[in-house]
Amino acid sequence: MFASIASLIVGATGLVAAALFLFGLLRMSSPVTAPSGIRVAGVGMALAVLASFLYAANVDAAAQPHVFVNIGLAVVALALGGGLAWRSGRTVAMTAMPQMVALYNGMGGGAAAAIAAVELLGVKTTGSTALVVTLVGALIGAVSLSGSLIAWAKLDGRIERPLRIQGQQAINGTVMAVTLAVGGWIVGASAGLVDPVVGVPALIYAFFACALVFGVLMTLPIGGADMPVVISIYNAFTGLAVGLEGYVLQNPALMIAGMVVGAAGLLLTLLMARAMNRSVANVVFTRFGDAPGTHKQGAIVGSLKPMAPGDAGIAMRYASSVIIVPGYGLAVAQGQQKLFEFVELLQAGGVRVRFAVHPVAGRMPGQMDVLLAEAGVPYDAIFQLEDINADFPHTDVALIIGANDVVNPAARSDKSSPIYGMPILDADKAKKVFVVKRGEGKGYAGVVNTLFYADNCSMVYGDAQAVLVQMIEAVKSLGLPVAA
Amino acid sequence: MHNAIDIPGLAALYIFVLAAFAGWVIIGRVPAILHTPLMSGSNFVHGIVVVGGVYALLGASTVQEQVIGFLAVLLGAGNAAGGYAVTDRMLAMFQAPAARTGHDNRSARVKHLHAKKR
Repeated sequence: MFASIASLIVGATGLVAAALFLFGLLRMSSPVTAPSGIRVAGVGMALAVLASFLYAANVDAAAQPHVFVNIGLAVVALALGGGLAWRSGRTVAMTAMPQMVALYNGMGGGAAAAIAAVELLGVKTTGSTALVVTLVGALIGAVSLSGSLIAWAKLDGRIERPLRIQGQQAINGTVMAVTLAVGGWIVGASAGLVDPVVGVPALIYAFFACALVFGVLMTLPIGGADMPVVISIYNAFTGLAVGLEGYVLQNPALMIAGMVVGAAGLLLTLLMARAMNRSVANVVFTRFGDAPGTHKQGAIVGSLKPMAPGDAGIAMRYASSVIIVPGYGLAVAQGQQKLFEFVELLQAGGVRVRFAVHPVAGRMPGQMDVLLAEAGVPYDAIFQLEDINADFPHTDVALIIGANDVVNPAARSDKSSPIYGMPILDADKAKKVFVVKRGEGKGYAGVVNTLFYADNCSMVYGDAQAVLVQMIEAVKSLGLPVAA
Repeated sequence: MHNAIDIPGLAALYIFVLAAFAGWVIIGRVPAILHTPLMSGSNFVHGIVVVGGVYALLGASTVQEQVIGFLAVLLGAGNAAGGYAVTDRMLAMFQAPAARTGHDNRSARVKHLHAKKR
């Protein structure tokens, strides 16, 4: 009796949790309602986790003697994993957000893989279909775990350069084929069709090892600026793995939540790839920006014209409209607070200032938007590419900070350029363009930016934060009256 | 372990297809400016995997299962708690133009967080 009531409660809370997740995500479609959205989803999660302890009422006879130890272990694991992640999530710098999201995402994939491992090693799944689903979920979860960890290491600067070796695709293909073969072997052996030779548990361990290695190999060659796509892919992968393991555990809440996230991740992946005018396969399998020497650069007209930060700052104070294009360089220099301080100074002088954000600026979808929000920029001053591109020709100054490829006019005109066809911000059409940049280096795509040589463009060299401090000082030293 | 619900393969497919469709439609409405919180928010949602971890751990009858089950709960809890913490923090930063009076409070909090980090 108690056992069936417990099952009923678990099932009902699962349904409530799934509904609250969807409702919470729905509320995230506007900045006004979004904060309440995550809280609604959080309530659903808390309910589902609490109710999950009622599973204790329904354990197998074999697990009965261990059930109190297991409850204790579960409480410890929840407190430990939840506590550590909560603390890191609360204290991490906003600029480090992409690597934190990658890390949490990897943990989710690892959890799905671990659940599959328990099911497989304990021979709890019956029938070939359930076994195949478990294995596919295990594969995707394990790839997401090791792949996300590599992505985290890259974003955190622990792995400096993309690791590219000869025949990488052949090696990756072989590892994938071996993983699938071992998986097929497990299914065959479980059905009694083939001889397991080394025993099914050994095969299961080999399967997980291959899947983890594949995740590492797949992520190592991918470069920094392609990370928005990679993070989205692994988010989708983990969702998919959770959904599939949800089927194995016959838990509809996991199935629904997992598939919703899988679809969301897929949509974001496609959006990011489209913003780079490349296919997802191209991002994952091509060595982008690897051989800049092979691309014939069109003749460059003009020269680089350096400008002092103070002069650029003063020129913007006397402009009537300014559009700022922030890029990853701003995040690296932690310059977002100083940028907003400068913007407030301009606004006090009556200058109209807006921000233009490219979809793939930064290291994860929307990263620049979050950094600007952190600095205090209201969201109605932040514009997306399609909403602001037409305004550049009527704008006095375009200020580009730490962005490069997303404002390269070659993407519009130079058919031989690797970035040809990528939608860009038309900053070059503004009357004056100031580019804040650390040096004369090329962007991620390894192409020279023709904008920097244009007649209306001046280069302000230096670290973004240091440059902004000088701009602020120069404008303040003018001692101009503040506009009403 | 006894499963309370028995979902036939075809019904599972229904759930998957409809859930994926719901996710696609809901996420498609989210403006680009909210893509980072959306991603960490959906990251939080798949933290529900912790429930599956608890299921696996409670039903463990060998040390091997206990170890792997413990790992599943540990990782799943990290996913859920971390995903919630960063999403909530980020969303609190997005402010409406009208709410500029609250700006000082928020930037004070941000500075506080930064100070804590150092």
